[in-house]
Amino acid sequence: MSATTPWDVQGAGEIVDTRRNEPGAMLPILHDLQERFGYVDDEAVPLIAEVLNISKAETLGVISFYPDFRRQPVEGTVVKLCRAESCQAAGGEALVEHLRRRHGIVVDGNGGPGPIIETVYCLGHCALSPAALVDGAPVARLDEAKIDAIVASARGLR
Amino acid sequence: MKRIFVPADSTALGVGANEVAEAISLEGRRREEAVEIVRTGSRGLFWLEPLVEIEGPDGRLGFGPLEVEDASALFDAAAHPKALGLVEELPYLKAQQRLMFARCGKIDPLSLAAYRAEGGLAGLARALEIGPEKTVDEISMSGLRGRGGAGFPTGVKWGAVAGARADQKYIVCNADEGDSGTFADRMLLEGDPFVLVEGMAIAAHAVGATKGYVYIRSEYPHAFKVFCAALAKGRAAGVLGPNMLGHGPAFDIEARLGAGAYVCGEETALLESLEGKRGLVRAKPPLPALQGLFGKPTVINNLLSFASTPWILAHGAAAYADFGAGRSRGTQPFQIAGDVKRGGLVELAFGVTIRQLVEDFGGGARSGRPIRAVQVGGPLGAYFPQELLDTPLDYEAMIANKGMLGHGGLVVFNDRIDLAKQARFALAFCAKESCGKCTPCRIGSQRGVETVDKIIAGRNVAANIELLRDLCQTMTDGSLCALGGLAPLPVTSGLDNFPEDFTPRTAQ
Repeated sequence: MSATTPWDVQGAGEIVDTRRNEPGAMLPILHDLQERFGYVDDEAVPLIAEVLNISKAETLGVISFYPDFRRQPVEGTVVKLCRAESCQAAGGEALVEHLRRRHGIVVDGNGGPGPIIETVYCLGHCALSPAALVDGAPVARLDEAKIDAIVASARGLR
Repeated sequence: MKRIFVPADSTALGVGANEVAEAISLEGRRREEAVEIVRTGSRGLFWLEPLVEIEGPDGRLGFGPLEVEDASALFDAAAHPKALGLVEELPYLKAQQRLMFARCGKIDPLSLAAYRAEGGLAGLARALEIGPEKTVDEISMSGLRGRGGAGFPTGVKWGAVAGARADQKYIVCNADEGDSGTFADRMLLEGDPFVLVEGMAIAAHAVGATKGYVYIRSEYPHAFKVFCAALAKGRAAGVLGPNMLGHGPAFDIEARLGAGAYVCGEETALLESLEGKRGLVRAKPPLPALQGLFGKPTVINNLLSFASTPWILAHGAAAYADFGAGRSRGTQPFQIAGDVKRGGLVELAFGVTIRQLVEDFGGGARSGRPIRAVQVGGPLGAYFPQELLDTPLDYEAMIANKGMLGHGGLVVFNDRIDLAKQARFALAFCAKESCGKCTPCRIGSQRGVETVDKIIAGRNVAANIELLRDLCQTMTDGSLCALGGLAPLPVTSGLDNFPEDFTPRTAQ
């Protein structure tokens, strides 16, 4: 992940507060928190509920609905690997198998050796499938060599 | 001074466009030659990316696909090994009818001056001149239909919002382009963002709205950044703000980021998400045109619908309606993806066939294997077999062939495709992405996955196929929105067109 700062409830409170008067501020607030801290801590729930004047349950309901929002901090590189139809058609699933066999990485698996590789459905690079986002940077026309390089570079940083 | 154009489109970045730009700049300095590097969007000829263009006396000369080590030869007098000749003469580009993509890949996307020089803002200026009512009339007469896939007449929608009485109205752009095989929205956001700003401004003027939102999916971080920068420029130049173009009514736009939920591409789920809630689909009526965002009258259109309107206003409804076939007027950006040699964006009038796009433009499968199926319209679209590739792409012809046009994406599959597996994937995708509000979608998709598994395992195949068809019918008829309503399409098109993939298998 890009540089994030450790969770602090006061900083979080300030982020939430700056969007107090925006209509429909929930998603922008959650994105801001995740951008700063890398995830949305449980302590943010009552802060958001208070400012937006909704219940904590409703707040949690929103956070858990959207796959983007993390509830725990992550370390190291995060690769979002596309597994939608266009990437399937261009051999993307063979790369999932390659990751498991060669590098011992289970896509969407918990723990195990890094980097974290998560499934996404479409990154809009379908004309040059298969594709991924590596810490937000696009990589198109993925093949085994490019996957190996991504894994090596991610492990070098750890 | 040499003017060199290098795309900064995110797909081009994915194959090294930044590194190529850097190499060109270094080489210029090394040779002490003045070079101006202009970063553009993509022309949509993605197999040639990074496609670098150099301004010449007769037009721009193209070079690609360029690698870092090819940069130096761009400065040599000798012919470059990757020279393509005049870009606008490339058959792939020349054969297109680019109305909304006319500027994409050509100009610096964040230069309003370049946008104006290429005809930008003429549509908005004309709309302000003729007034709101005539603007809605122009859109109606152009025959423009919703480019998100539903094909609802845009003029009718705008007319309903214009006629609604309220203290506040909204313009909402659906840029939650979640369908695999589509990237037209992303290309415009990154390559010509002002065309969307202008289109939304035209809509705002036409219906009397003062605030707009663009909902961009989080899988497009680059597009989001470029569009936010374009909004800042638009405000600074007075295109947006208290007086559009200096003399029009007030209008401003805010870009919002989605959060990974496919269902938020459904218009009512998108509105819920913008309001800060879970992306649960709303029952209709009330229509968003009357009770949309925050309960107010709202024009919610696909990005491509808005992006079509500046050309229509600038050139007139009749000129636009001259393009197309039957009741599908104008042009559609088709997107060719999957296992294909020349993947890219092809804007053409409706009526072009699947085969023309996949074979003439796409050049067949990149793997060299025979093409067995083409999925049209995203994950909820039908799989077409070879025998049906001559189907023309327009709203009605697609429906007549039990498919749908969707957002105009075509994904090419070779002979290794297994339609039973694809049917399972479509249902599993629906189960994962279902908002959960209605039972046919939430439970039906899960039962569908289990039933396909039984078919794949060879258990009671005939009875389970019958059950699967029945389930698909229930989902089609009983789902609240297009997710559950269309997820059966890839399943039934597989059963109809590729029945051999659903017969009991020999032991693995």
